[in-house]
Amino acid sequence: MAQPKNYGFGEEAAMLKESARKFFADNFSTEKLHSMVAQDPNPERMSECLWDQALWQEMVALGWTSLAVPEEAGGLGMPLAAVAGLVEELGRAAFPSPLLGTLNATYVLAACDAGEAALAAIAEGATATLAITNAAGSWDIRDTGVSAAGGKLSGTASFVQDARKSDYLLVSAASGDGLGLYWVAADAPGVTLHPDAIVDLTRDQAHVTFDNAAAEQVGADGAAALERALPAVWTLLAADICGAAEWQLQTTVEYVNARQQFDHSLGFFQAVKHPLVNVMCAIDESKSLTYNAACAYDTEPEEAARCAHMAKASAAETAAFASGRSVQCHGGIGFTWECFVHLYFKRQKHSQLLFGDAAWHRAKLADILIGPVAA
Amino acid sequence: MSESARKDSPEQAEFRQYCQDWLKDNTPGEPPVRLPQSPLEIMTEPQLAYLQAWQKAAYDAGLVGCDYPVEVGGGGREDCQRVANEEMIRARTPFMPNVIGLGMAAPTVFYHGQEELKQRLLPRLFSGEDIWCQGFSEPGAGSDLASVQTFAEKKGDKWVINGHKVWTSLAHFAEWMILLLRTDKSHKYDGLSYFVVPIRSALGNGVTVRPLIKITGETGFNEVLFDNLEVDDSYRLDELGKGWQVAMTTLAHERGAGEKVTPRSGGLKSAATHATTTGNLIELARGAQRNGKPATDDPLIRDRIMQLVIREEGLGQNQRRARVPALQDHPARIMLQNKLLSSEIAQDTASLAVEVAGASASLYLGDDNAPAGGQWPMAYMNSYGMTIAAGTSEVQRNILGERVLGLAKSK
Repeated sequence: MAQPKNYGFGEEAAMLKESARKFFADNFSTEKLHSMVAQDPNPERMSECLWDQALWQEMVALGWTSLAVPEEAGGLGMPLAAVAGLVEELGRAAFPSPLLGTLNATYVLAACDAGEAALAAIAEGATATLAITNAAGSWDIRDTGVSAAGGKLSGTASFVQDARKSDYLLVSAASGDGLGLYWVAADAPGVTLHPDAIVDLTRDQAHVTFDNAAAEQVGADGAAALERALPAVWTLLAADICGAAEWQLQTTVEYVNARQQFDHSLGFFQAVKHPLVNVMCAIDESKSLTYNAACAYDTEPEEAARCAHMAKASAAETAAFASGRSVQCHGGIGFTWECFVHLYFKRQKHSQLLFGDAAWHRAKLADILIGPVAA
Repeated sequence: MSESARKDSPEQAEFRQYCQDWLKDNTPGEPPVRLPQSPLEIMTEPQLAYLQAWQKAAYDAGLVGCDYPVEVGGGGREDCQRVANEEMIRARTPFMPNVIGLGMAAPTVFYHGQEELKQRLLPRLFSGEDIWCQGFSEPGAGSDLASVQTFAEKKGDKWVINGHKVWTSLAHFAEWMILLLRTDKSHKYDGLSYFVVPIRSALGNGVTVRPLIKITGETGFNEVLFDNLEVDDSYRLDELGKGWQVAMTTLAHERGAGEKVTPRSGGLKSAATHATTTGNLIELARGAQRNGKPATDDPLIRDRIMQLVIREEGLGQNQRRARVPALQDHPARIMLQNKLLSSEIAQDTASLAVEVAGASASLYLGDDNAPAGGQWPMAYMNSYGMTIAAGTSEVQRNILGERVLGLAKSK
């Protein structure tokens, strides 16, 4: 099946993206974000979970958490291209929320053989997040730190995103039958959240221990479900990065236009101008690859992994590059806690690493395009 | 049915079928001589003769200049050049030799020339019978194009031109030149005017063409000296002092951002195997050795090839996204990156190819053992033409920073 030229990004998708942009612009300024999450600069501060729950309830009411849920499970069944548009705006606002985790869980559940009940819960407003990696932070599908026996989970899932904002966990666990996927309430008996003290102020993160915790198996072939759904997860994180990087670019451009040194605005100097142009080109590359990946997921599943590896590899580089230039071009003020650029710098450095960094995705891409290295 | 065919208007669909039918019988066979990597490096008469015959045949069949009015030698069609280009590339035809004529001179003459001039010049431009060249750069005017000093002085009803143009591709074959010059020394931009001038017919009579040799050893570009060349006022395009605005029409088309779609063919099978693409780079790496194994087993080589694959795909997807207004923040932002990105990706691809080929990359065109006939080192050297010509990468970054990001204009 060939891809539509416009990525399948039609009028409905454009309206969703535009309304999301307006929603965040009207309700969640960067000043508000900073005053909410950056109260305590102490580098040894304990883990915090600070977010605007009232605004989140409005987002749920707008139906944003059920966009990706298939229609037969009570959702809106919108294409990934449209959902990516929303997530790009979420990234632009750096809005702390369980939206990304819930969307991620939605795509994995939709690829499971018994995900209907969990999807129905999401369609009714429940939040969720993926718990699929181990203490080493490996993103290879089978590298879980959790095992399953008789419907009970034991072990530890690490680097679980927005865990304290999530009602449910979607856990990958190894058993004698291979890798399974399990749905469990975050406050179920035997499940303990251990919040991590992290750099990123716009997310919370935890490792989660399971002590013989009863969980519902939703995917018997977890590896197949993850293989099918992870391209959507990578694509959405790339979309978040693109939105955040555009904020970094525009904010930095504004600053270098205003700041005067040597009788000129900083942007006059090519040592400043050219790196910012390079940031713009990097964003455009990542963004084009992101919508291509979304469209492949929607219309050409056999190409989804190839396209999403490209999108996340590109976006991971863009996240690091845009972040570095945003602080550097702000000069001394960019190095301070009071300047807003650090909020995005930290979110982007976190996004760069989650669900595979650039080198990891390029290695997977090489396996597809060149073939695996002979043993 | 191809993706592009699906959106055709009835006129385009009929024309596409016509192109396919014609190309089935008329796509030329492999050339009798080795062709250069692009039309700008045509060096010999046999190369030119083969390519000119192809352009003439394509023009006579109606595949060149389709969107121009019939009165100026065009096909009188609407938005059909795009269709002809797609079909010519699909059929792997040779490239057309009159690239500067088709891509830059034709739209400039069409939008700014007098009716009589258009009717006289454009048919032979489209057919490739008259090769065109471009007289913009000078020894003292490269990136700062508006500082050109070539001067035209009015004497009676004639203009007398003196000056020195450089990097003039195809001037050694050219009948005509599009020429940016100065008619007033007291205003930098408003003192510029724009002419078309004869070259071949004025050789030894006001015009001298001298070849310049590139770092590859090829010629193909030249310096052109004007010594009291007399031309008629009817050769002036647009008003006196409007040369800079006319030049913007030329440059917009050169950057692929003009009104008219440039007729394009090109994609000969023999040329496709040494095109500067990551697909060919991967094939080269499969055949190259590192530590006794194929270079494609080396994780660092794999990673660097993938970096280029991603940039190449990103550039292609940029073209696609440029047509989706809802996914853009600024209308010209993506298109203005094209020249910068495509030239730098080609350069980095050729650079990595030379490295992957290892010691074999020291072998050049004349060596039987050279991988891909020595095309990679040549492509690498030629790639600097792309990052320098038509506005250096540095100038492109200034344009992007100033026009798109709104940063202060650099001196």
